Amino acid sequence: MSIAADTNEKFAQYAHGENLVSTDWVAQNLNTDGVVILESDEDVLLYETGHVPGAVKIDWHTELNDRVTRDYLDGEGFASLMKAKGISRDSTVVIYGDKSNWWAAYALWVFKLFGHEDVRLMDGGRAKWIEEGRETTTEKPAVEATDYPVAERRDAAIRAFLPEVKANIGVTPLIDVRSPDEYTGRRTHMEGYPEEGALRGGHIPTARSVPWAKAANEDGTFKGFDELKALYIDELGLAGANDIIAYCRIGERSSHTWFVLKYLLGIDSVRNYDGSWTEWGNAVAAPIVKGEEPGEWK
Amino acid sequence: MSQNQDLPAKLQDIANEFAEVPDSDRLQLLLEFSQSLPELPERYAEHPELLEPVPECQSPIFLVTEVEDGIVNLFFSAPQEAPTTRGFASILHEGLNGESVETVLSTPSDVAMRLSMTDQVSPLRLNGMSGMLARIQRQVKEATA
Repeated sequence: MSIAADTNEKFAQYAHGENLVSTDWVAQNLNTDGVVILESDEDVLLYETGHVPGAVKIDWHTELNDRVTRDYLDGEGFASLMKAKGISRDSTVVIYGDKSNWWAAYALWVFKLFGHEDVRLMDGGRAKWIEEGRETTTEKPAVEATDYPVAERRDAAIRAFLPEVKANIGVTPLIDVRSPDEYTGRRTHMEGYPEEGALRGGHIPTARSVPWAKAANEDGTFKGFDELKALYIDELGLAGANDIIAYCRIGERSSHTWFVLKYLLGIDSVRNYDGSWTEWGNAVAAPIVKGEEPGEWK
Repeated sequence: MSQNQDLPAKLQDIANEFAEVPDSDRLQLLLEFSQSLPELPERYAEHPELLEPVPECQSPIFLVTEVEDGIVNLFFSAPQEAPTTRGFASILHEGLNGESVETVLSTPSDVAMRLSMTDQVSPLRLNGMSGMLARIQRQVKEATA
C-alpha cells in the first residue's frame, strides 16, 4: 500500500485493519494524491443531497452490474468505469455509504473480483461523517480521466455460485446473514423491503444464522476484534475454518459479513454467494430447511 | 389498471419534463422534486398512526388520502435521508393532488416506468412508486365506495 494505513488503535487489533480508515483519516486525506474517495449508497439520490468533499459517486445497480445478464461487469467494462471515476490501478480507493456501509462493502467486494489491491472502507460510513458534523458539498469533483488496465474478473476466490454451494452443504460452513424471520422462512424478504419474488422461504441446510447487523455498532462502525471473534469464531465454532460461504438476499448484506470475516478476522477463504436467496429460493429442487434449526444434509 | 392508458395531464407534463432533460440531469430533477414535497399538516404530523406504510419502498414512507366533493388530496411523510422515495412521492403529489377521483383511479399503474428513469434508477426502486400509487387508489376506492 503506497498510502500509509490509518494508525487508529481499534483497527490495529484486526487481522487486516489496513482495509479500514476512520472519518478522521478521510478528513485528513481529502486532497492526498493517489487517494480516490467513492460513495456507494442504496438510495440513488443521497450523494446528490451532499457528500464528502471530493468524493465520486459509484452506483451498484447501474454501474457495477451488467445491464442485461444477472452478473457483474467484465474486465473491459470495469476498466472503462475506473477510467471514468479517475481511478488508476495503484489508487488507494476509500469507499463509504449509507446503511452501515452495506453497499460500500458490496462495491469493495466487486473491486476485489478485479483484483484492485488497495480498497478501504470508511468505518461508520456516510451516517457517521454527517453525525460528526463534518463538511459536505453538493459540488461534483472534476474527474481527470485515468488509464486503467483490463483486469480479468476472477470469481473463484471470493464468489460462490449455486452448484458450489449445493456441493458444499455439510462440508463448508454456511452463514446466513439475513434477519431471523427470513432465516426461519416466516417471510421471504426483509421487513419493510419490497418483495423480490422468492417463491420459497427458509434457509440452506446447515447454514447458521448470524444477522449481519450483529457485526455493527449502533453508529454503523464495525464492532471491535474481540466481539467479532466471540460472535463468529467462538459461538459458531469456526476456529480453524478456512473456507466459509456467506449469503443473504442478493449479496449486499453478506458482503458486509464477508468483509468482517476476511479482513477483520483474517479467515483466508471466505466466499460471498451473491445469487443468495433470490436465486436459491426460486431454484428447482434446491434443498431448504424451515425453522430455527440449521438442519442437516441428508 | 391498464398499461396502455394515457397519463393524467399533470403527470404527463412531469413525464415530458423528465424526457426532455439530458440523462445526466434526471437525478437532479428528481432531487428537486424530493425537496419540494410538502410537510404534513398538523392534523397528520401529530397523528402518524393515521398514515398507511408502503412496504414496497426501500425506505420508510407513509401516505394518506382524503376525498372531498370528488376531489382527492394526498399527504406523504418520508425522511430526508430517503430522497429517492421522497422524489417519487413528490411527483405523485404534484401530478395527482387536487385531481378528481376519476383521474386518480384511471392513472396507469406503470407511471414510474414512463419517467425515463430506468437507466438511472433500478426497477426495484421504481416499484416503490407503483406501490404508493396502488395504495392511493385503494384508499380512494374505499373512501368512495
